[in-house]
Amino acid sequence: MITYIARRILWIIPVLFVVSVITFVLMHAVPGGPWDQEKRLPASVVARLNQEYGLDQPLYAQYINWATDFVTGDLGPSYRFQDRRVNDIVADGLMTTVQLGVMAFILSVVVGIPLGILAALGHNRWPDYLSTSLSIVGIATPSFVLGILLIIVFAVNLGWFPTGGWKGPETWVLPTVALAGFPIAVIARYTRASMLEVTRKDYIRTAQSKGLQRSAVVNRHMIRNALIPVVTILGPTLAFLVTGSFIIERIFNIPGVGQFYLNSITTRDYSLLMAMTMMYAFAVAFLNVVVDVLYAYIDPRIRYS
Amino acid sequence: MATISRPVPGTLVRPRRSAGLWADAWSRLRKNRLALFGLVLVSLLLFTGIFGPLLAPWPYQAQDLKAVAAAGGGPLPPGSPNHILGTDQLGRDLFSRLLDGARISVSVAFVVQLVILTLGVPIGALAGWFGGRVDNLLMRFTDIIYAFPDLLFIILLSVAFRDTAFGQAIDGLLMVFVAIGITSWVTVARLVRGQMLALKETEFVEAARAIGVKDRRIVTRHLLPNGMGPIIVAITLGIPGAILAEATLAYIGIGVQPPRASWGSLIAEGQKWIRSEPHLVTFPAIAIALALIGFTFLGDGLRDALDPKLKGKQ
Repeated sequence: MITYIARRILWIIPVLFVVSVITFVLMHAVPGGPWDQEKRLPASVVARLNQEYGLDQPLYAQYINWATDFVTGDLGPSYRFQDRRVNDIVADGLMTTVQLGVMAFILSVVVGIPLGILAALGHNRWPDYLSTSLSIVGIATPSFVLGILLIIVFAVNLGWFPTGGWKGPETWVLPTVALAGFPIAVIARYTRASMLEVTRKDYIRTAQSKGLQRSAVVNRHMIRNALIPVVTILGPTLAFLVTGSFIIERIFNIPGVGQFYLNSITTRDYSLLMAMTMMYAFAVAFLNVVVDVLYAYIDPRIRYS
Repeated sequence: MATISRPVPGTLVRPRRSAGLWADAWSRLRKNRLALFGLVLVSLLLFTGIFGPLLAPWPYQAQDLKAVAAAGGGPLPPGSPNHILGTDQLGRDLFSRLLDGARISVSVAFVVQLVILTLGVPIGALAGWFGGRVDNLLMRFTDIIYAFPDLLFIILLSVAFRDTAFGQAIDGLLMVFVAIGITSWVTVARLVRGQMLALKETEFVEAARAIGVKDRRIVTRHLLPNGMGPIIVAITLGIPGAILAEATLAYIGIGVQPPRASWGSLIAEGQKWIRSEPHLVTFPAIAIALALIGFTFLGDGLRDALDPKLKGKQ
């Protein structure tokens, strides 16, 4: 098991390498450069800036420069935010984005799983219909629409929460709900399907026929087994929440790192863009490993070698 | 439906014609009300996507400036004369723009899946059939594509090619099709590979091999048709994701270029007027919701219909 985990984690390195090369090449293939502004800079200034930032060197040399810095933990200077290191920019916003993602993740698990369980236990009765309708709404409403609706109803009309910003718990509520809407629906649907499948298993019939109380059958046999496949979608869900939060950050004016992704592409802020891509790629790759390991841990039938 | 053939004196009992996979699936799908509802929504979307411009009272970019000026300059509310769902601040008919948006969503839905099929099916089939090194290569490649943050990669691609002829093609939509396709084909490739691996061991493939059928024919005549069900389901359930991705991109201003507008960019524009004219956001949002619900229900129904083992799971 330990060798399996080690191998999976080591495999992240070549994945990140390929991702970085593709992004690097693609990024430099984009016409324009970081010095393009409304007012054109004189050619001599651009040449001097290029020299200073090493942009006059051939692409492979630039990549090697970037990669050596990256390995030592230096993400380089930002091209757009003068006098700022990418490390500082990322450090400023990262905690906010992670906090938003994790809160939305907890909310989706805490709401989604019980919703799915209730739906399955009340199969084809009102709890099922209620839960299914809720998940349909969640699946049919893109996060940006949900965000706009929440702002209009709860911030503008009712005035219960601020319209945006990230200062204290009352500003956290609406963005977290807006971000969690879709994953709640997905988790609830998945849990429901998994519960319904487990219900028909032989061991449930055995448990019932040997006279176990309903609560024991449900808690000990059904829910435990039904949640195993649900774990597989939690990793992609967390990855979706962390990488997908940039649109919610935009709508609610949240100072996370998500805003920089789009900005760094449009302003050709090469070092910031690379840092963002590597961060997201690492998060996704790492979470996939975590899920696989967790899966083997909770389901003793699965063994990796 | 199967008919029970009664033995007629003097004749042999005619064996019941076995219902094919598709007839079987259709009879199951017909009994699933949600799936039928999904089918109706999808057909409606297809119809508006194809015939929308013929039904539209105005061209999507036409500005009815006189009506807007007469109303005092802002967007017209729903139910205005000549504009059943109202207009935006430039006097463009919202109903006509929604119909054009349906055309965009339909093309996203189908072109993206076409890209996914043309990439995913052959690659998955090769990996599953040959196994070994080819298979390993595909799985490693899958890891890399999975690690790319999809939406962000699509944005990078779209911005990278925005000013080229390729990026401008079909009002900027071609780029979006290809970008979404590139990030999503691996799921189908993995699925096809899994199907191949499972079917390769079946007896009918063994039999085909024994009578000397060529590899290529086994793959195209036996393996792919038998593995079709799950592929169709994955494709149908992938459509809402593609529609959502396109809408999200359009919302942040990437992809379709003005004056054309997809439902996502209509919402982005309408957002500025949301306090006085919320219909500019609600109607496009309802359109997106109906499209997503339609394909999700239909996909769920198809899964139940094509795979009787899963029946009842919904």
